[in-house]
Amino acid sequence: MILLQGKGVSKGVASGPIYFFQRPSTDITKTAVADIAAEKERIAAAQEKSMAQLEALADKAREETGEETAVLFETHAMFVEDEDYVEAIMTTLDEERCCAEYAVQQAGEQFAAMFAATDDAYMQARAADVKDVTRRILNNLMGIAEGGIDSDVPVILAADDLAPSETLQLDKSKILGFITAGGSGNSHTAILARTMGIPAICGLGDTLKQEYAGRDGYIDGETGQISIDPDEITLAAFRTKEKKQAEMKELLQSMKGQKDVTLDGREMMVYCNIGSPEDVAAVQANDGQGIGLFRSEFLYLAANDYPSEEDQFQAYKTVAAAMNGKRVVIRTLDIGADKQVEYFHLQKEENPAMGVRAIRICLNRPEVFRTQLRALYRASAYGKVAIMFPMITSVWEVKECKRACKKVMAELDAEGIPYNKDTELGIMIETPASVFVADALAKEVDFFSVGTNDLTQYTLACDRQANDLGKFFDPHHPAVLRALKMATDAAHAAGIWIGICGELGADLTLLETFLAIGIDELSVSPSSVLPLRAEIRKSIAKTCNLDMLKS
Amino acid sequence: MKQFTYTITDPLGIHARPAGLLAKAAKAYADTTVTVTKDGNTVKATQLMKLMGLTVKQGNVVTVAADGPQEDAAIAAMEKFFKENL
Repeated sequence: MILLQGKGVSKGVASGPIYFFQRPSTDITKTAVADIAAEKERIAAAQEKSMAQLEALADKAREETGEETAVLFETHAMFVEDEDYVEAIMTTLDEERCCAEYAVQQAGEQFAAMFAATDDAYMQARAADVKDVTRRILNNLMGIAEGGIDSDVPVILAADDLAPSETLQLDKSKILGFITAGGSGNSHTAILARTMGIPAICGLGDTLKQEYAGRDGYIDGETGQISIDPDEITLAAFRTKEKKQAEMKELLQSMKGQKDVTLDGREMMVYCNIGSPEDVAAVQANDGQGIGLFRSEFLYLAANDYPSEEDQFQAYKTVAAAMNGKRVVIRTLDIGADKQVEYFHLQKEENPAMGVRAIRICLNRPEVFRTQLRALYRASAYGKVAIMFPMITSVWEVKECKRACKKVMAELDAEGIPYNKDTELGIMIETPASVFVADALAKEVDFFSVGTNDLTQYTLACDRQANDLGKFFDPHHPAVLRALKMATDAAHAAGIWIGICGELGADLTLLETFLAIGIDELSVSPSSVLPLRAEIRKSIAKTCNLDMLKS
Repeated sequence: MKQFTYTITDPLGIHARPAGLLAKAAKAYADTTVTVTKDGNTVKATQLMKLMGLTVKQGNVVTVAADGPQEDAAIAAMEKFFKENL
């Protein structure tokens, strides 16, 4: 038996084969090849595989997401066999006598450049389609599995750590749990695992060895323990936990359809945090009453270029429509800090957490902001959309955001495009500055939502990415809880609602404190909705106290 | 050779969707060459990427030509396609 000890960052137990995440290598070197005919055969095989994948994707899209997406995949399929594109590949092969990978990459760059050079914004954006198709053919040439997981059965996914863009592309139906060498409780892998409601263990360091690939791992996201080839006693203990987990799940199912109300009648809005439209299924499965935080970054992280208004609109509309009149709070892009996107060409910063990020990028680049706001307002015609601005520190920033919104509304009016004029506007409370001026900010907006991860980081001067701050990074610190109280008092004085969309919202040990403070909404991972509901329904708001704010 | 000129009325012009459909329609006439010309630049209708690269927008005038054994049928199909889709 092999035992590994890491940090449990998402609860639950799971067992299955350990699989190491395949990171597609983007480095393609030009190597000389003698047998050009063999390279041509490889390309033909890769093309055929790409076509089959795209046709399957088109069929799936037609059933699940609709005609628009299906046509996109069909266009991609036609690109794969486009005669000029294929001819360019063959010409490079014949003239340069090089490997297939290099020839495909060259053709991809050539045609992406052709689209990029057109004088039409729509056609310029098609460069991303060419790149996407090229990437697909290259992956098939190099035997890299799409979604990073080339396995027929679900696996325990092992990796050094996963970047946000990588977690987005994972085939989530194939993941039982995560084990990573790096990362922390706040890393994107941990957040994803909690959204999915599956166990995750991080910080394993070099104890996580490649040689464990393919062996059965038994992981416990609560204790952070992984056993491989467990002995009988360990296995029995694991099975007991597994059984308990199944029973608990069943118990929680009885919470579905129940109201989020305390024994003495205080209502709480229990919403969900999501990172992409596909997470809506988890929200519905767990009976979330709305979406308190829809991170729009996925659109930017998954793309090679600025996502178009249309692409964004489709994504927001899908979620707004699927939630069927329930509130959907969409946060404008929160790029920067730990979420880097190449095409934004952000300057390297010594301290990116305090640099040009989130709303600061939007206010510096009105065009990027405008595109997103237009997409958001257009989506507001299809559901109860609310727009939320991150990283606010000053009243003038909010005023400028509102001016940008007004401008976009005027544009849509002029173009006769429908939208909801009364779309709620809110801000994230995640900087100490926003807490100090919360009274003034509250007069400008319709709601507050506290991002406790960043608020803790900035209030305690503790880097949330750092692994070794341990006891110093204390989200229960009275300073953080007092900040929550100050923001809540300011919100209520102005007659607006306040929620928490950080990880702290799901911390059941703080529920009584939140009730005492007067928090109106808690937005948590979909898998945390039912446990939270069960706890709320056992609470008595009147008897809750503010003791935790004292020490 | 048969040809016609057409002024694009679709607000989006020859964007990805109609371009794909057009390329597909032209492929049905394997032995006949169907071309689209805008501002002196000519591409075959089956050359999807280059066809999109022409950036044909609303109000642009294009010349569509068919040359080959099936040119009568091809040009009739093209005229119908442009009228219905573009």
